[in-house]
Amino acid sequence: MKNSIQIPKSIKTFFIEIGELSYFANRFFKEVFTRPFEFKELLRQCYNMGNRSLLLVGVTGFILGLVFTLQSRPTLMEFGAESWMPSMVSISIVREIGPVIIALICAGRIGSGIGAELGSMRVTEQIDAMEVSGTNPFKYLVVTRILAATLMLPLLIIFGDAVALYGSAIVENLKGDVSYMLYFNKVFNALKFSDVIPATGKSFFFGFAIGLVGCFKGYNCKKGTVGVGEASNSAVVYTSMLLFVIDFIAVFLADIFFEI
Amino acid sequence: MTTNNNIAPILKIKDLRKSFGENHVLNGFSMELFEGENLVIMGKSGSGKSVMIKCLMGLMQADSGNIEIMGKDITKLSRNEFDVLRTEIGFLFQGSALYDSMTVRENLEFPLRKHKRKFEDINKMVLKALESVGLTDAIDLMPEELSGGMKRRVALARAIILLPKIIIYDEPTTGLDPITAKEIIELMKEIQQKYGSSSLIITHDVDCARVISNRMILLIDGINYAEGSFEELSSSKDKKIQAFFK
Repeated sequence: MKNSIQIPKSIKTFFIEIGELSYFANRFFKEVFTRPFEFKELLRQCYNMGNRSLLLVGVTGFILGLVFTLQSRPTLMEFGAESWMPSMVSISIVREIGPVIIALICAGRIGSGIGAELGSMRVTEQIDAMEVSGTNPFKYLVVTRILAATLMLPLLIIFGDAVALYGSAIVENLKGDVSYMLYFNKVFNALKFSDVIPATGKSFFFGFAIGLVGCFKGYNCKKGTVGVGEASNSAVVYTSMLLFVIDFIAVFLADIFFEI
Repeated sequence: MTTNNNIAPILKIKDLRKSFGENHVLNGFSMELFEGENLVIMGKSGSGKSVMIKCLMGLMQADSGNIEIMGKDITKLSRNEFDVLRTEIGFLFQGSALYDSMTVRENLEFPLRKHKRKFEDINKMVLKALESVGLTDAIDLMPEELSGGMKRRVALARAIILLPKIIIYDEPTTGLDPITAKEIIELMKEIQQKYGSSSLIITHDVDCARVISNRMILLIDGINYAEGSFEELSSSKDKKIQAFFK
């Protein structure tokens, strides 16, 4: 009698999906360097993802800075270490909290948007219509969106970090009588290249992951309108998980190369 | 039965087969479309009409069989060669499939993007195509601002903008009220006469088939069950054929 191990269907599906996602990413890298380049559509997507996310990222960053400072203040005061506040806040926001929180916000805003848009284009045969007109829909729809997300996310994160530090400065100014000039002097003294470079580097990968998963889910959407909802929802769930994996790898590598 | 033995077909499908697991959708479907002809393919829902079109347009890979468009076997063409060949074919989708983030003008310009033409030429082509479907006023509207019939007209304008030799219509009258459906059928006839293109029409609509067809194929159980003119098929005694014309 043979003893065969039955692999659960969910695990099989997971690995099939990972394989398909890798194939999709491979196709992106093949097509991104070949002509024709869709600059106009790329700019339109950059505007959609970047400019239209500014308010959301700004508000999130501002509240993040405010709350973080307000919550940390009493603990630092207990040790008489309020003067360390600008350094602590800036390092934690720039290195970790800012990029991760803003990337998660963008996964919701940008990733689900891409998933829903491409998904509805798939079920209403708009992608097929592009294909039969002799245009490459992958290049026009997918390559431009992934590139735009990869380029825009670092900018959004830098903007969000700056607003978060400003929010923190307001609390320090009101509660601790620290001038803005002094606060930002301390911030810039505390921050090193080894804080900024790995954080900015990983934000490109965050953007790539958001664009890639959103496009993958939307472009391969099935099952009519129900599929569009699933594509949008799973784009956010998968991207969020992927962001933490990328973050872990980035921190691990930064620890090796920059000795943080 | 109508035959065109002396002329080479512009489109030829031979022994096309496609299955999804145990579900055999196409079981050796064959057909030929000749120049200037209006060929109607009728079949019940799930009979494989859409699968056949998708295989024909390269949106789906057939399990076996041959598809030749203007003498070229599409399975032997590279992606670029097939894209060039696709510009000779206009396609009207069942749901119109207009790009909803673009205006009517941009929808029509989209198939022209591969062809490096001057702005004035593109503008002329867009206006000419819209004029053919009687919708020049709608040029700057978004698809959401159009009615179902107008959307179908714009989709038809997009299908003919490159002056294709073959136009494929997937259920051109489905979802339209009888008056608009009649208008679309008349428009299809006009376009065929004006551009001299060959038409492959997939439909359930008997009126559409009666008005427009030169020849008909009935697709039943994944094969071409019967072939002939509308009159020949509608007067058949076969119960399966009669079911289409009741």
